[in-house]
Amino acid sequence: MTKYRVNKTKHVDQTKTVSFNFDGKSYHGFDGDTLASALLSNGVHLVGRSFKYHRPRGIMSSGSEEPNAICQINEDTDLTEPNVRATEIELYEGLKSSSQNCWPSVNFDIGGINNFISPFIPAGFYYKTFMWPKSFWKKIYEPLIRWSAGLGKSPTKPDPELYDHKHVHCDVLIIGGGISGIIASKIAAKNNLKTILIEDKNILGGSTIFQKNENYKINDKYSSEWIDEEIAELKKLDNLTIKTRTSLAAYHSYNYLLAKENISDHLPLDKRNGDIRQRLWKIRADKVIVATGAIERPLVFNNNDRPGIMLANSVKKYLDFYGVSCGFNNVIFTNNDSAYETAVSFKEKGISVEIIDIRKKSNSKIVKNAEKLGVKIYWNSTIVNTFGHRKINSIEIMNLSEDGSNVVGDKNRINCDCLAVSGGWTPMVHMHTQSGGKLDFRENDQIFIPTEIDKNHINVGSCNGDFELEEIINNTNKKVKNFLKVSETEFDNTSVLNSKELDKRNIWLLPNYISEGKCKSFIDFQNDSTAKDIKLALREGFKSIEHVKRYTTTGMATDQGKLSNMHALGIIADTAGVKMGTLGITTFRPPFTPLTFGSIVGRSVGKFFDIIRKTSIHEWHIQNNAKFENVGQWKRPWYYPINDESLHDAVQRESKAARDSAGILDASTLGKIDIQGTDASEFLNRVYTNTWSKLGIGKCRYGLMLNEDGMVYDDGVTTRLGENHYLMTTTTGGAANVLSKLEDYLQTEWPELDVYLTSVTDHYSTASICGPNSKKILTKIFPDKDFSDDAFPHMSYQNAKIDKISCRIMRISFTGELSYEINIESKYGKSLWEKCIEVGKEFKITPYGTETMHLLRAEKGFIIVGQDTDGTMTPIDLQMDWIVSKKKYDFIGKRSLYRSDTIRENRKQLVGLLTDDPNEVLEEGAQIVSDMKKKPIEMIGHVTSSYFSPNLNKSIALAVVKNGKKMSGQKLIVPMENKNINVTVSESVFLDKENKRINA
Amino acid sequence: MFLINCPYCGERDQSEFSCGGEAHIVRPKQPTELSDDQWAEYLFMRKNIKGVQFERWNHAHGCRKWFNMVRDTSNDKIHAVYKMGEKPPVE
Repeated sequence: MTKYRVNKTKHVDQTKTVSFNFDGKSYHGFDGDTLASALLSNGVHLVGRSFKYHRPRGIMSSGSEEPNAICQINEDTDLTEPNVRATEIELYEGLKSSSQNCWPSVNFDIGGINNFISPFIPAGFYYKTFMWPKSFWKKIYEPLIRWSAGLGKSPTKPDPELYDHKHVHCDVLIIGGGISGIIASKIAAKNNLKTILIEDKNILGGSTIFQKNENYKINDKYSSEWIDEEIAELKKLDNLTIKTRTSLAAYHSYNYLLAKENISDHLPLDKRNGDIRQRLWKIRADKVIVATGAIERPLVFNNNDRPGIMLANSVKKYLDFYGVSCGFNNVIFTNNDSAYETAVSFKEKGISVEIIDIRKKSNSKIVKNAEKLGVKIYWNSTIVNTFGHRKINSIEIMNLSEDGSNVVGDKNRINCDCLAVSGGWTPMVHMHTQSGGKLDFRENDQIFIPTEIDKNHINVGSCNGDFELEEIINNTNKKVKNFLKVSETEFDNTSVLNSKELDKRNIWLLPNYISEGKCKSFIDFQNDSTAKDIKLALREGFKSIEHVKRYTTTGMATDQGKLSNMHALGIIADTAGVKMGTLGITTFRPPFTPLTFGSIVGRSVGKFFDIIRKTSIHEWHIQNNAKFENVGQWKRPWYYPINDESLHDAVQRESKAARDSAGILDASTLGKIDIQGTDASEFLNRVYTNTWSKLGIGKCRYGLMLNEDGMVYDDGVTTRLGENHYLMTTTTGGAANVLSKLEDYLQTEWPELDVYLTSVTDHYSTASICGPNSKKILTKIFPDKDFSDDAFPHMSYQNAKIDKISCRIMRISFTGELSYEINIESKYGKSLWEKCIEVGKEFKITPYGTETMHLLRAEKGFIIVGQDTDGTMTPIDLQMDWIVSKKKYDFIGKRSLYRSDTIRENRKQLVGLLTDDPNEVLEEGAQIVSDMKKKPIEMIGHVTSSYFSPNLNKSIALAVVKNGKKMSGQKLIVPMENKNINVTVSESVFLDKENKRINA
Repeated sequence: MFLINCPYCGERDQSEFSCGGEAHIVRPKQPTELSDDQWAEYLFMRKNIKGVQFERWNHAHGCRKWFNMVRDTSNDKIHAVYKMGEKPPVE
């Protein structure tokens, strides 16, 4: 046992030694320690360097508010994690940890020079300095800042651990397992309410669990004994789920909360067994009781950041809970009674302690208790300086003037090895404000407390501004009874003995004989912002608290200003001469404590990242060496290389085969919407630009759908299956959106129409066979069918059967070739496909993918919505005037087609481009210019589709060009990085302009 | 994350819904009779109120029905939900 471990407690098992490593040195702690308590038990205070000035810093607190003890753990493993607080890591065998933000080491840090040049790096330093000379930015400033910026090291390997999400509902959720949370949970669970209690520590009880003081008793027992009994009873309740090691991250509206449960973080690495590491709980609670407690405030004085300067209640916790004395020569610096509890604890263990109190005098019970134990108290005094580089060794104190605005008298130097500071308590109102709650300022205690307006959420205990034990118990009981409509509870007649605080005095920035400019009075320890910085910001004209915060970075570190926000506000109010309550506070945003990326994404990683949709023919594609491309969530065959064929070679071969003999495409992914109802024809008339009322049964028609703004939205072929029955196809990526849009119009604009829409995309598989031999292949598959042009003309459909299985055959074409699409129930898709391949063998039927499909349609100048259009193209821009009905009174987007902007002549319009060198293939997306001389060079359009056509033996491209319609034959330039490519504007149809092949 | 009371399905999590913007903007019956300015008013102009706002919502991952909602954008309190075609509650 080390000399600092002075006390045996039941929370740390001193029979179980745990060895760990910090900054390359081995230490021992015990089961039940945190990394922080174990380090302190070894006398280690210095654990890090501050962010800006690289000043030595030590452990300051015992919880999530810790600003200094930020570590990297398990470095050089794939489980490494930066920015974890030593005060929150439960010690385990073999834990490896190291300081951050120091180089080469925490004891000797080169960056410490920043401390000496600190007068030259005030708030806003970066904004002011790195402006000039301009040329320095890229080569010198930016790399330097990037090297020195950032906290810790990110893991370089994929996270091997498992994370989980869980959705739960409950009647009552209680946040915080301290005394008020325990009372609330017991009342809720005992009244038949499904209750969840979450607590971020590994045990319940809060600070009451180590409160063994004569002055604080409940039903004649020490508070710690009383709470132990309560916890034991709580664990027996059926309705209650207790989640320890679970911290609330966010409190959203309508009582939706996120909490992160640490499941295996406290276990040695070799005992984690690949189980879930962390679980994110998504909780919807009917009622929420916030019992998050309060955080002790530091005091702001010169050099208040040395290692060994800690929060008083944390010092008490290390002593009474972990059995570790943070020093043997302690000084307590306080403005309130609570720090006297720390003094009493020290004295009872025979450890030296003195108190410096800024108050003039107090006669409360706890103060008298301390005096009786022989604690020396310096009243009406303040600390003006501290000494000791890597750990505090002495302080200098002076008396305060009557009004507290100055110091008077002589300096008095006191030696110490630990300075425990208490500036009062700040209620943790983060959760309340996250949920949308407002705050009131309570002048008496200089605190913001929740104002309750939401009927499904209350705050109890010290987060609600109740600090005295008696108030906490009685008010919590009363409030929870009222909230849950309970008439009586076991806490109704609890007898509470507690020392009441009688005197208060608060000074946000303590005065000094040293001039303000030379004091380093830290407010935000993690971001190194001082009282001086705040005042500078005010002098420079910043008024809003939100602006001061950003300019000085106060409260913007990973601790989110848990310790600093109130002081910043107080100093601003004092300096500006306004009331603190009128300033408002900065917004508290989730997460309350940082979340790991793993817990945010949960199981949605790797193959579960997104849904993968596969057609029923997918297996065949894999067996036949298809390369896939993602189209929305679908996996579509991109091309089918033979042996080591390149994409280009495969596409050239597939494209030629499709035009010379026969090709087959899996078209199952196209969206399919079944439309039925007596007004189906009228509905189509309204949603497509062309006329549908005269389409005969058994006929197909291509349609273009616009947005109300006149821009092309989607396209596809729709088939009339019956009098009141249509089958619409949409683009693969647009299917879901088209259905929503159509539903929107049906439900909201045209509820009088008798139309029903059903998505049948997944119900049918589609094999599309094209090429001059396609008719022969179809005839072999369906020997009873007459495929003559008279009996089965282009743009018509017929029902057919394969081995008694019904299917639909559409004679439609997206390639310009004679082409048939066979739709069959999905479960028969693969058999149909295999049959087509089998029968097609003698015609060398060639499966082709999306790349060949794109090339073939580009040869014919058919657009792809989303590739040749981008939400700014009207059908007129696409030179598709033919599809826009002039006769129809209205359709979606019609009125927009003659707005002043859409009839503009110099809009970008779809044209063809031919390169002067027929072997030169343009890059899709390349810019187009007409005049290279006039600067700045005007970009008049861009290439939308570009391929080398094996059927035309030249390069072809589609492009959108300003005023392109009138540019036929004109020479333009496509400037590339190394050269300018000369092109000529052409028609957008390159092959078979007479449409002969469709009836080949 | 809101808890939305779908008029057809009851209370569901907000993640099941999508918002369709301002409610009660009726598509003109005779668009061709409108001037460019009038059409632009229908097409582009939307209010962005801090306070009580009427909105269209769709239970996209549920019954797929559209409905209207009265929401205070300053505190996300939902004051009412009602079906398409029903009159907005007077308050």
